[in-house]
Amino acid sequence: MGSTVMRTQRATAGLALIVLAAAAVAFPLVFSSPVITNYAVYALIFVAVVSAWNVFSGFSGYISLGHAVFFGSGAYTVGIAARDWHVNGVSVFALLPVAAAVGAVIAVPFGLVALRVRRHTFIVITIAVFFIFQLMAANFSFTGGSVGVAAPFLPWNPTSFNDHFYYITLGCAVVAIVIAVLVRRSRFGLQLRAIRDDEDRARGLGVRTMKVKLTAFVLSATVSGLVGGVWFLYLTQVQPPSGYDPLFDLSLVLMAFLGGLGTIIGPVLGALIIEPGQLYLTIRYTSGYLSEILLGALFLLVALFVPRGIVPTVGEWVKRLRTRGRPAVEAVPAPATASPPEATGAPASEARR
Amino acid sequence: MTTLLRTEDVRKAYGGVHALDSCTVEVEEGSVAGLIGPNGSGKTTLFNVVTGYAKADAGHVYLSGKKITNVSPDKVFALGIGRTFQLTRIFASLTVLENMLVASRNGRSAARRHAMEQLEFVGIAGHHAALAGTLSYGQRKLLELAYVLVADPAVILLDEPAGGINLSLVNHIADRIRELNAAGKTFLIVEHNMEFVMGLCDQVTVLDSGAVVAAAYLGEDPDPEDADPAEDE
Repeated sequence: MGSTVMRTQRATAGLALIVLAAAAVAFPLVFSSPVITNYAVYALIFVAVVSAWNVFSGFSGYISLGHAVFFGSGAYTVGIAARDWHVNGVSVFALLPVAAAVGAVIAVPFGLVALRVRRHTFIVITIAVFFIFQLMAANFSFTGGSVGVAAPFLPWNPTSFNDHFYYITLGCAVVAIVIAVLVRRSRFGLQLRAIRDDEDRARGLGVRTMKVKLTAFVLSATVSGLVGGVWFLYLTQVQPPSGYDPLFDLSLVLMAFLGGLGTIIGPVLGALIIEPGQLYLTIRYTSGYLSEILLGALFLLVALFVPRGIVPTVGEWVKRLRTRGRPAVEAVPAPATASPPEATGAPASEARR
Repeated sequence: MTTLLRTEDVRKAYGGVHALDSCTVEVEEGSVAGLIGPNGSGKTTLFNVVTGYAKADAGHVYLSGKKITNVSPDKVFALGIGRTFQLTRIFASLTVLENMLVASRNGRSAARRHAMEQLEFVGIAGHHAALAGTLSYGQRKLLELAYVLVADPAVILLDEPAGGINLSLVNHIADRIRELNAAGKTFLIVEHNMEFVMGLCDQVTVLDSGAVVAAAYLGEDPDPEDADPAEDE
């Protein structure tokens, strides 16, 4: 009976996934307007990067406000490499693995320093490193200073330009989500979640916490660097304030918190809600500040009313409906029935050997 | 009997407070050793030093004759020392079964099977799919004991296993300890419940102000020349 229900649930989930995949692939064919596909490309960029962020911050509980370092460095890497190595045309996409590698290489010393501390101190260090990178990008000559770096020209028809990037960013999003799923299901993911609950206890159970945290940090940075490279090629330029944007990390945090920190679907849902909304407000009200004010207000509302995020909250409602009138967990088990047959059940005082 | 765990002249101070002062404790292999003393006598500090949660200022800790002083908690666990805490520390957002798998080193299916066996043993297998945070305090005590057992440690340190739980659960835990001990596991137990200690332990060490003030093997005939203050009480 139970296995039949499970098989039905799996079949339903599989069918939903196929429908979702078909809808995602058909999206630019149905909505061919560049305005709409522009929204979709940005949303998918953030789906990818927030999923990568979630692999580290969501699972481990270490809230990073420094992922713009990897994202921006990925963007700069593609731009600088294309410029200095004279890479043009679609060959520039071959530089994306370099962007990912640079993200990973930066994450190692960054993580070795930042992951020695916890909670608020960790957050402060990530912000500090972020500003160091922003200042370096603005002041070094090889980064183009405040002018930044421009992307090489892509020989694509302007009418299908967004469609190409739609499928590229869709691929990035799928890869990032699959990584998040694999990590969550693995022993490594279990150790990360144990660290989130009680890091010292996890150490006492043999978890090499520094190694686990650093691996997740580097993995997350690798994907962020790669997506940063794609973002740069789509935007065709990067400057210090856009590559290393403080709002970038705040947006990631808000997306994850709104959808459900540490879940797979939550951050994806958060990105699909917030990024198009933010983009719409920025385009509609060109002053630019309205979207930031609303972003801050939304942050407060989420913290007050759905602190665990949409997905866990809705999940809890559904569970309550299903278990209405029944306790979720039964009372303390009766020791006599739980004992193996050979257990005597005699009081401790009577059993002195 | 051979000494499995030994602390030798261990000292630990927090500022001007000497939590441990030349503390030497021995635990025989296959025994259930009790560590008793008033609050603040250094029992939990000794556990912390043995398991790597606190660094000893001086002295040494040996496991099977091998020096393990100031080794990190993950390495201490890998070497074969598991412990529970006075206030239970479980992974509240993980399921009961996931809690068990954190310490496991086996492959997925073998790990799950072994974890379920341990949950059956302590009597909470029926809750394997529940979030650990929804368990009662007593169930958390059982879970903590179970996930320490997953890695099959040579010696298990229990910090107040009978604290804050009802009598039937105290007896249930005592029975589990007795069975594990019969199977060869060595225990060092900190406990204020003297009935529990005297009913379970082969040897008892008394700490006061960080120093050992008495030690005795409970199974031996009392020696009038070497009266033990703990037994006098």
